[in-house]
Amino acid sequence: MKIKQTASDWAMDIICVSVMVILFIITFYPFWYVFIVSINDPSDTMRGGLTLLPRVFNGSAYGVILKDSEFLHSMFISALRVIIGTPISLIFTSMLAYVLTKKELVGYKFFRKIFVFTMYFGGGIIPTYMIYKMLGLIDNFWVYIIPSVISVYYMILINSYMGSLPKELEESAYIDGANDIVVFARIILPVSVPIMATIGLFVAINQWNSFFDSYLYTSRQELKTLQAVMMNILNQYKTASLTDSAAAAANAAKQNTGTSSDSIRMTATIVSTIPIILVYPFVQRYFVSGIMMGAVKG
Amino acid sequence: MKKMVRASAEKVRPRGSLKARMYKQRYLYIMLLPALIWVLFMCYMPMFGLYMAFIDYVPDGTPFFQSFFGSDFVGLKWINYFLFESGDFYKVMRNTLATSLLTIIFSIPAPIIIALMLNEIRMRRFKKVVQTVSYLPYFISWVVVANIFVTLLSQEGVINSICMKIGLIDEPIRYFQNGKYFWWIIAIANTWKGMGYNSIIYLSAITGIDNAIYEASMVDGATRFQKMIYITLPSLKDTIVIMLILAVGGILNAGFEQQLLLQNTQILDYALVIDLYSYKFGIQEAMYSYGAAVGLFKSIISFILLVIVNNISRKFDSAHIM
Repeated sequence: MKIKQTASDWAMDIICVSVMVILFIITFYPFWYVFIVSINDPSDTMRGGLTLLPRVFNGSAYGVILKDSEFLHSMFISALRVIIGTPISLIFTSMLAYVLTKKELVGYKFFRKIFVFTMYFGGGIIPTYMIYKMLGLIDNFWVYIIPSVISVYYMILINSYMGSLPKELEESAYIDGANDIVVFARIILPVSVPIMATIGLFVAINQWNSFFDSYLYTSRQELKTLQAVMMNILNQYKTASLTDSAAAAANAAKQNTGTSSDSIRMTATIVSTIPIILVYPFVQRYFVSGIMMGAVKG
Repeated sequence: MKKMVRASAEKVRPRGSLKARMYKQRYLYIMLLPALIWVLFMCYMPMFGLYMAFIDYVPDGTPFFQSFFGSDFVGLKWINYFLFESGDFYKVMRNTLATSLLTIIFSIPAPIIIALMLNEIRMRRFKKVVQTVSYLPYFISWVVVANIFVTLLSQEGVINSICMKIGLIDEPIRYFQNGKYFWWIIAIANTWKGMGYNSIIYLSAITGIDNAIYEASMVDGATRFQKMIYITLPSLKDTIVIMLILAVGGILNAGFEQQLLLQNTQILDYALVIDLYSYKFGIQEAMYSYGAAVGLFKSIISFILLVIVNNISRKFDSAHIM
């Protein structure tokens, strides 16, 4: 049905498009600004007034960051926790999700409750820290992996997906004498690939982005993740900018290669975001389906 | 529909003795075992560890639970101390509630407006680009967001530059040295991070609206603006109410990472929300029992709020928390 545009409809178009343009600017511009600061000369940035384009090009910050062995090592640790943590989390979370599709399981309600309860109530930071210490997880790489072996929230999402699969899928396998583990691995997992991809993506991004575990539970530099190193850089900057501003400016200008320099900090920001931006266009539809699962089923 | 299928499946009475049934299910128990061990160590042991909120816990080198029994039981001393004696309770609650409320005020309407406007956009390409870009902040870490905000708001940063250029201010504002800006910065950062992504919820609710309603309104000569205000927006009412209820239920979750990253000593009085306060005393100042007590206080109130909220939102069906 084609309807003629009235004046009010035109006004509507204009308003909607302008609001969307503003939204685009609000979300895109901060990234752009970070980018131009990262490639602008640090002492020029200190003068202020940088807005749309870099004034004095200076890409040396990228050289500094990409040669910094501490930074590169932290990137390696972050990559490692994504690579190890994601499959482990997926396997154990989906296994639990499968078991909890079996309502005939003796103790089903009890088991489900003890997991769901942890979404409502937890020990909090301090007792958790104490327990981790007792378990020897402090200053241990596995502190990145073990606490996220299972995510109850994602378990519920996978569980509701598996619960909606037709029962006939499993029945024929049971008749052939397969046990539950075989049915799970050979039949349920392969047909759950769409949801596993979505959840896996979220788990991987959480692993890449989390900084607090690294900040709190590790003190050895060789275990620090990229985000923890970034936090360190941010803290140095904050300390520098809190001291008398003139002195800080002079100081920052003097040590252009120091980590408190804006361009180094922004370069680190860009470098740590690039992996996400690179995979982002390809996986966007999974992100969208991710939030819908949470909203519809939750 | 799904509920009916489930109900009929439950009616089938299981056969055989308990032992026989459990033996038949042994493979399921094998698969359940790792998860049970995990939840015991990672969730229930810390919960049991909350007992330290009631003792005068001093680490004495012995294992955690063993040193429990060597410490004095002090009952509600620490919670009392937090509520009445420390003098911090008012400040902490003020920061927590102010940050949460400001966040709600910004972050509830923003995705609704975005969804309503996106829905009216007919240029597919443009719409796609805007959507893609607006989801991005949701997927980057708080460290990166904090870095971006600190830079945008720095003295020589772009916000100050622009405000000075158009004559709004004469000299740069030091946003991170004056506590009065802090709650706003957190609320805006929270909104910036989530608004694009959260608009998906509303957009999908809009797709569920019956097209016949729009067609009927066109017969009556409704303009697109009228359709948006009188049809689309009211159809989102349930979703909006649920989001609002959930936000109110999580009101004590005023954030932790944001404040930890963006705070500094000069504005700490405005940054200390309840989680950060618990962390600061419990870990940084090594007052373990006090920190745990503050955490426990927050967990209990949050738990009660969540149960209430979950029960209310169940009435709106389809999208309760669990």
